[in-house]
Amino acid sequence: MRQHALVNHRRPKNEDRTLIGLPVAERQGYLQRIRTMATSEKRKYKVIGTRPIRHDGVDKVTGRAQYGADVRLTGMLHGVVLRSPHAHAKIKSIDTSAAAALPGVRAIVTSADFPDQVGRIVELGEGAVNMRHLSANVMAHDKALYKGHAVAAVAADSIHIAEEAAKLIKVDYEPLPPVMEVIGAMRDDAPVLNDDVRMTEMGTVKPDAKASNVAAKFLFTKGDVNAGFAKADIIIEREFRTATVHQGYIEPHNATVLWNADGKVTVWISTQGTFSVRQQTAELVGIPVSDVKVIPMEIGGGFGGKISVYLPPVAAILSRKTGKPVQLLMDRAAVFEATGPTPGSFMRVKVGATRDGKIVAGDAWIAFEAGAFPGSPIAPGCMCVFSCYDIPDARVEGYDVCVNKPRSNAYRAPGSTQVAFAMETVVDEICEKLGVDAAEFRIKNAAKEGTRRVDGPVYNRIGMLETVEAIRDSEHYQSKLTGPNRGRGIATGFWFNAGLKSAVVATVNLDGTVSLIEGSTDIGGSRTGIAMQLAETLGITAEAVKPQVADTDSIGYTDVTGGSRVTFATGIAAVNAAKEIQQQMVERAALLWEVDASTVKYDDGKIIGPASKSFTFAELAAKIHEVGGAIIGHGTSSAAEQGGAFGTHCVDVEVDPDTGKVQILRYTIAQDAGTAIHPSYVEGQMQGGVVQGIGWALNEEYFYDDKGVMRNATFLDYRIPTCYDVPMIETIIVEVPDPAHPYGVRGVGEVPICPPPAAIANAIHAAVGVRMRDLPMSPPKVCAAILQK
Amino acid sequence: MATVYIPPALRDLTGGVETVEATGHTVRAILADLEPRYPGLTARLCTDDVLRPGLMVAVAGSMSKLGLRTPVPENAEVHFLPALGGG
Repeated sequence: MRQHALVNHRRPKNEDRTLIGLPVAERQGYLQRIRTMATSEKRKYKVIGTRPIRHDGVDKVTGRAQYGADVRLTGMLHGVVLRSPHAHAKIKSIDTSAAAALPGVRAIVTSADFPDQVGRIVELGEGAVNMRHLSANVMAHDKALYKGHAVAAVAADSIHIAEEAAKLIKVDYEPLPPVMEVIGAMRDDAPVLNDDVRMTEMGTVKPDAKASNVAAKFLFTKGDVNAGFAKADIIIEREFRTATVHQGYIEPHNATVLWNADGKVTVWISTQGTFSVRQQTAELVGIPVSDVKVIPMEIGGGFGGKISVYLPPVAAILSRKTGKPVQLLMDRAAVFEATGPTPGSFMRVKVGATRDGKIVAGDAWIAFEAGAFPGSPIAPGCMCVFSCYDIPDARVEGYDVCVNKPRSNAYRAPGSTQVAFAMETVVDEICEKLGVDAAEFRIKNAAKEGTRRVDGPVYNRIGMLETVEAIRDSEHYQSKLTGPNRGRGIATGFWFNAGLKSAVVATVNLDGTVSLIEGSTDIGGSRTGIAMQLAETLGITAEAVKPQVADTDSIGYTDVTGGSRVTFATGIAAVNAAKEIQQQMVERAALLWEVDASTVKYDDGKIIGPASKSFTFAELAAKIHEVGGAIIGHGTSSAAEQGGAFGTHCVDVEVDPDTGKVQILRYTIAQDAGTAIHPSYVEGQMQGGVVQGIGWALNEEYFYDDKGVMRNATFLDYRIPTCYDVPMIETIIVEVPDPAHPYGVRGVGEVPICPPPAAIANAIHAAVGVRMRDLPMSPPKVCAAILQK
Repeated sequence: MATVYIPPALRDLTGGVETVEATGHTVRAILADLEPRYPGLTARLCTDDVLRPGLMVAVAGSMSKLGLRTPVPENAEVHFLPALGGG
């Protein structure tokens, strides 16, 4: 195990601001920690573990990078989507005649223009999707199921004409009572959103099942939970609620689509998965996948929210009708009201422990808001709630429940943040009641290799224990926190991480560089992380690799950039491509030297032959065409599956007892990265996840009125953290290599969002003595809790 | 001999038993071995000769995308779980 010490390279201004606010002694301590970091990184590899400048950096910082909204095509039309003003309503009729008569309007679409999807279930890489529901989400059929639900769309010569035309579309609605809250939606007398939804359990529906908002039930058991609780000296059972929150990516959804005269469709889009967009679009408009080419533009954030399609099928139908390319761009209100969010939830968690601090039983009942259509991350939520601990007897029951909100989508470790908030708050209360140290309690109960999860499988090598130990041993945790209304909390979290499928192609250039083409869209700098693994395997520099993300016609099938999988799985593909190149380089050297290839070997970027013959990679690259054509390495990954990722967080807060405002004073995250390919990117993912978790914890929520209308659909009113809200996020990279990856990589993108709400809740309790069990822990709620104390 | 963990929702087919032993080199063969003893198990887990949508299998601690074709090593554990997606 290796630890990087404390790092914050991302916000020097904020760092300065924060340092200036610190007492001199603390400031000196922080600077000492930064210096320690600079000298403590010992590298096992030549490229892996270094911090090269990202290959896409210049274009990003100069503004030259091309995003979806930058696309301009000859004759391009501009589209506008008309959205439902009602949260729940029947659509009795749609009259587009007045809009169609407006000069400059070229086409209008409604759901009638889309093929009937019946109830087909299609595997879309990261999961199976009911195509009827997906189609009805892209364009409402007979009902509008949330405020902002797309009802019709217009393409016109200008965006202004399209906006005017959309206002002329007459939709006759019959408003229905909205169902906005998960427990209410589960009641027998609740209005039912979808008449084709019946509760499934492990994929099957009971013959007598009625239409219901409860779309699925999950049940996991391990051992005898009643016998387990009988052994407990202390049992804590608490209820928790979390609000609907959005991924909050800065770049809104966009799509530009050309349906060409030959029937071929090209999509320019910001997406986490080009092949997923290709399949969803093809399925929804009813053409073969090979007729759709998806070109990935740069992406301004996704966090799970840019996997489902919203705009491409609509733009495609508009383009088919007009014969011209059509561009659709969402504004921020549409992003909030019609895309994303992660579910609000209700959870009841019960944990029993012995007097000597051993957890003996756990029981959880969890309900997630799926939004308008089934598909919340309730299953992973159930599977994660007890995943950090070795609990002999446990039971988890979960429900996926439809409500009149946007169809929920993945958001960093989907489902795990909600349940970590509940479980880690209960764990903290047990530690308080038993009078034991919160870190030592977690160490004593930590899941480790061989621990059986409540959902059944046994862990392989994991780093849960190591992350808690890293926090326990950190200067932060060991330091004394002083001052009124200040408190410290810790919490831990887990995410599975995925493997799935990736493909790359690498071509050796005559100047000794290598062009790398990959199918994984790059959200967090993965181009460089993949290039570094190729470089490490070839024994060349990261700068000698030129990575680019290709369209769906130019690279093999690659699953979405999600599940913390790209550095792991696409990295494996790059390693495999590099090995193919190694073999071909050996063969070319043998031809050049006129020796048998078995006498030549590839060693750390050099090709070594008999009689002291040798080439550097660049020397041989310059000669390969003397004895053959291009050297191209292909690599794929499909079989490898990751072990899980764990993180433990420590936070200090100060609570203003008069206003309820919570100030984050200091934050440290320890996370198992397996092997950190590019430590700056690992730290960036850790810090970014923490900041999003802080927002989820303290401020972010969808505010709905009694009609189901979101009242804060702007970034002014939906408050995500800014640099003024967070201090330096100190990072400790723990490295417990994953044996499934040649360099030991574990995905790092998701798990850092899981612990912050619980860690902050525990810190608030330590500061002012109130237990917060309702997210967000916004000033009014904290203030009310203090007043009720 | 593999150990198959029966999900709670399907234990009505096994008389409440949580784990059963089965032989076979793939998940398909494992289910074929179990079906005569627990009629209906395959139909509850599969449709059109593949795992039902939304389900996946974990063998020897690893999730598999190979479904019924997943190889099952000797003495491995087999779990049927909900399919997962990440963000």
